Amino acid sequence: MTTAARPRLAFALMDAPFESARTTTAFRLLDAAARRGCDIQVFAYEGAVLLPFARQQAHPNAVHGRSLEEENHPLPKDLVAALIAEAAQHGGSLDWVNCGLCVDERGAAETIAGVRRGSPGDFWQMVKDAHNTLVIPTHG
Amino acid sequence: MPNYLFIESRGGEPRDPFCSALAGALARDGASVTLLLVQNGALAARRGAQAPQLDKLAAAGVAVLADEFALRERGITHERLRAGIEPASLDIVVDRLLDGWQVIWH
Repeated sequence: MTTAARPRLAFALMDAPFESARTTTAFRLLDAAARRGCDIQVFAYEGAVLLPFARQQAHPNAVHGRSLEEENHPLPKDLVAALIAEAAQHGGSLDWVNCGLCVDERGAAETIAGVRRGSPGDFWQMVKDAHNTLVIPTHG
Repeated sequence: MPNYLFIESRGGEPRDPFCSALAGALARDGASVTLLLVQNGALAARRGAQAPQLDKLAAAGVAVLADEFALRERGITHERLRAGIEPASLDIVVDRLLDGWQVIWH
């Protein structure tokens, strides 16, 4: 399949890590798109720019008496990295763009590899170029 | 007329009926409409759950699905599903996006 022939999907995410089941569902959707060899474009807005934040740290759980290894704390940055790798493994790609102003507000500039800074204009371009787009909203 | 997939992630009877009203109206106008219940939205898929909007949508011709993973997380077996609701893989969202459906997460 050529690059031009690969399906391209765009997703907008807004939820911050560790707060909502929507993030888990969003990652499951990205996984499904990656397994289908799609070119995936993600625009992370508001709290979602912290999903690939490089300084996330796993921790032990003193309340439950579990060590770091026993706690085996999943980190969103690792899941984003795994999704990027999975997309490439299936012949597609995952381009993750963090909203720059949202990054500055949150001091979230340190990201894992494969994440770039952009603006809502990038999301407009993603939508324009994609076969289809899904916006995953936050709910108050 | 486009096809529509609505995603509902909140449980129970919605405080804001916009999504179910829109889905029902589109189906009555002849569109192919599917509602997928995910996360706590899957709680409404239980037989006996207070979710009259699902019966109205089914009567309007909307296909109602529930995410298998969300059902398993909540211990809802297929035998406990409301009549007319089918379990489905979340992958259906990506498949329908690729098929050009309008997918709306409310």
